[in-house]
Amino acid sequence: MNRELKRVSIVAFLMFLTLLVSSTIIQYVQAEALAADPRNSRTLYESYSIERGPILVGGEPIAYSQPSDDDYKFQRVYANGPLYAPVTGYLPVNGEATGLERSVNEYLSGQSSSQFFDSLNRLISGQDPMGASVEVAIDPVAQQAAWDALGDYTGAVIVTEPSTGRIIAMVTKPTFDPNSMAVHNSAEVTATYDGLLADPADPLFNRATGGDMNPPGSVFKLVVTAAALESGRYTPESTFPNPGELTLPGTDSIVRNSGGGSCGGGATVTLADALRLSCNIPFAELGMELGDDAIRDQAEKFGFNSEFLIPTVTEVSTYPRVLDEPQTALSAFGQGDGLRATPMQMAMVSAAIANGGIVMDPNLVDQITAPDFTPLQEFEAKEFGRAISEETANTMVGMMVNGVENGAASNARIDGVSVAGKTGTAENGESDPYTLWFTGFAPADNPQYAITVLVEDGGGLGQEGYGNLIAAPVAKQVLEAVLNK
Amino acid sequence: MSDLQSVPLTGTPPEGIRRIRIPQKLRNLEFWLLLVACFINAAAIVLVQLGALGRVDTQLVLLGAGLSFLVFGLHIAMRYTARDADPFLLPIATVLNGLGIAMIYRIDIAEGDAGWESAAVRQIVWSAIAIICAIATILVIRNHRVLFRYTYLAGLLAIVLLLLPLVPGLGREVYGARVWIGIGDIATFQPGEIAKIALAVFFAGYLVRNRDSLSMVGTKFLGMQFPRARDLGPLLIVWALSMAVIVFQRDLGTALLYFGLFLVMLYVATSRLSWVVLGLSLFIGGAIIASQTLDYVGNRFANWLDPFSDDRFSAEIGGSYQLVQGLFGLANGGLIGTGWGQGRPDLTPVPQSDYIIASLGEELGLAGIFAILALYLLFVARGFRIGFAGQDDFGKLLGVGLAFVVALQVFIVVGGVTRVIPLTGLTTPFLAAGGSSLVANWIIVALLLRLSDTVRNHPRLVIDG
Repeated sequence: MNRELKRVSIVAFLMFLTLLVSSTIIQYVQAEALAADPRNSRTLYESYSIERGPILVGGEPIAYSQPSDDDYKFQRVYANGPLYAPVTGYLPVNGEATGLERSVNEYLSGQSSSQFFDSLNRLISGQDPMGASVEVAIDPVAQQAAWDALGDYTGAVIVTEPSTGRIIAMVTKPTFDPNSMAVHNSAEVTATYDGLLADPADPLFNRATGGDMNPPGSVFKLVVTAAALESGRYTPESTFPNPGELTLPGTDSIVRNSGGGSCGGGATVTLADALRLSCNIPFAELGMELGDDAIRDQAEKFGFNSEFLIPTVTEVSTYPRVLDEPQTALSAFGQGDGLRATPMQMAMVSAAIANGGIVMDPNLVDQITAPDFTPLQEFEAKEFGRAISEETANTMVGMMVNGVENGAASNARIDGVSVAGKTGTAENGESDPYTLWFTGFAPADNPQYAITVLVEDGGGLGQEGYGNLIAAPVAKQVLEAVLNK
Repeated sequence: MSDLQSVPLTGTPPEGIRRIRIPQKLRNLEFWLLLVACFINAAAIVLVQLGALGRVDTQLVLLGAGLSFLVFGLHIAMRYTARDADPFLLPIATVLNGLGIAMIYRIDIAEGDAGWESAAVRQIVWSAIAIICAIATILVIRNHRVLFRYTYLAGLLAIVLLLLPLVPGLGREVYGARVWIGIGDIATFQPGEIAKIALAVFFAGYLVRNRDSLSMVGTKFLGMQFPRARDLGPLLIVWALSMAVIVFQRDLGTALLYFGLFLVMLYVATSRLSWVVLGLSLFIGGAIIASQTLDYVGNRFANWLDPFSDDRFSAEIGGSYQLVQGLFGLANGGLIGTGWGQGRPDLTPVPQSDYIIASLGEELGLAGIFAILALYLLFVARGFRIGFAGQDDFGKLLGVGLAFVVALQVFIVVGGVTRVIPLTGLTTPFLAAGGSSLVANWIIVALLLRLSDTVRNHPRLVIDG
């Protein structure tokens, strides 16, 4: 009997050995792969189990976590959700986060390396773990003013501080309520998301930094003017032939000035007048003389073809890599295939002119603070680089002020304040509505705010709308509000 | 006392004072081990409260302390009636029982149950009943050979218990398995748990009586001696019984448990490997047919082979959701676990009964699983020890049977959770929530204690005689 017993005990021992091996495989060998399975709700709940830090505007939370009774422990709440949607983004229970919720997630969730000792300390002292708070650069007055001024237009407004690159207002319309994406029900989130995605008005676009990007139209003439002045071969007084029509070489395409006819009369027109009156023909001529390389170089110095993290990812504004002569001519007044710009990019152009020629990196975040109030990261103004000389910058300020006071951007005038600006009315297709622009800054003698307004769909007027009619008044209203603060 | 301790146990001290003079070394060791066990259990409950509630709630600690008194009651009963019983069995059962209560309590907190709704309170009450049953067993059965007399009664009892859930009005179906009985809404009980003890007694008695005819006669085939057709009877009956359990009660695990128990006892009694081969092929054949014809068995196999496919994971009925959630839980625990009250075992269906091992694995980690499995292994080894050292064949066989049934049950449950075998619904001995399982396993403890006492006691009985 004992021989059999021995065998049975060996079998029993082997059974236990098998269990030891199988549990080791699951809990050690496969543990990471199992944790990464998208169906593993534990991994998801884990990320919600600590109190996520708030996102603050002027000390008031625009996104914060409040305790909830369900599996997630905390519910993310967006105060004034639609207004701040392009800033905060949202944090869904399924799928990926957007906006700052995504780009500073490490800090908000308390997982960044600089928070390691803080969370260890909290663990030991028995406090609940908590994420860091993120104070953004947005000025609530500017943000609200931009929201109000944009009204029902489809478009965006962005306001920056020329000397620092801080983004103090960023509004996009139409938009959505991020609270609807933060509900603790995956099916509901998916349904909401699919609805927003299918909406022809594209409410999920952040038109200030991306979306279906638009041709910059005449606001791009600032870049071409800068390229001309920087070349040393042109001054504002340089003259160009002034015909009523221009047939682009080797094509049947005819370029006309926006009002029809020549640019202000006369056989020739100066660069200053061409910019002030926003004429296309002189710029087409200038563009062909400069060549696409010179324009591209200048555009890239302003930030085109570069990626900017604010720290949220933004779309890259593009000046095409290769252009033939007629396309170069079109690009000189902001048209043509592949030339696309975000309002943020155009704001960087205006801000650089306002800032003596130096482009600052745009940034949304002022400061990140640990729960114990020790600063983890403080905003420092960073230079992207010098786009134009100080002299060119000063010259262009004068030209832009003239554009508002005596030119095509007259609707941005503010009593008692000198405003510099440039409008744009970009064509999208034979019969498509125009895209309307305004970019500029104020006060011109001591620039505090750079602003860019984008209005899509011709502001509801199809091809009847133009930049000075629709976009310039929006900019004026916002600038008045921030200057009178 | 040191001079008294040096008195050899086999000596012949003067009559009358022997009982006082012979120090109960084994019982003293058991006493200290029990103290450690109770300390671990109390600490587990306090840690659960700190981890999940953030404060200490004395009520449940007191209830747990009440259980400790009962365990020490069993200890004292043994000082008088089973002084040479194995000193490890009781502390191991106590620790496992306590860890189970702590985890069930932890899941109550997660699910917001309290009072009589609380599974932990019910588990404590059932533990008390189970330990009282164990004390009664130790006190009533002074010599295990009494059980030999009731061999066939035990067999009959086992069959009746097995059939009870099929009686209309009495049987209850839970999670698709018809293995429960209940009266109205009151206590539900799984008679199959008790049946496994009755079966072990019956098998031991039957095999000891008939081992000669079973092992001596037969025809040789393929180098192995196969039994005669008329000796095949018991094997076929047990096989048919197991298959009936699969078909009518929809309980694969219990069937496997009974059949495995029978095969091992048959092998130990007759030393005929051919029985095991024959039996295993019968069972595997039956299981394969069942997996083809019975949906619920087929689902279990499909889940086992490919639990991560989206089809199986999201199947409304008989899918692999529970299995995969259990794996996620274990993975979440990793090597050292999340700590008491820090994991999410409540995300897995039935985390306090069938899946308690996954819950413990999540919060105590691989380290905790290893410790628990080591405790089981030690428990089983102490049972086998009776088999090796026993003096009578019935006692040896019963000891091995009872120890193996615990080992096999652990293997079926934990193996199911960790994907060694298809998942079947069985309780983890001592840990899982469930009254019938606790009562049965504590009676097994009592029987093993009684058997181990006889084993050690034997030489002295000879001298006394």
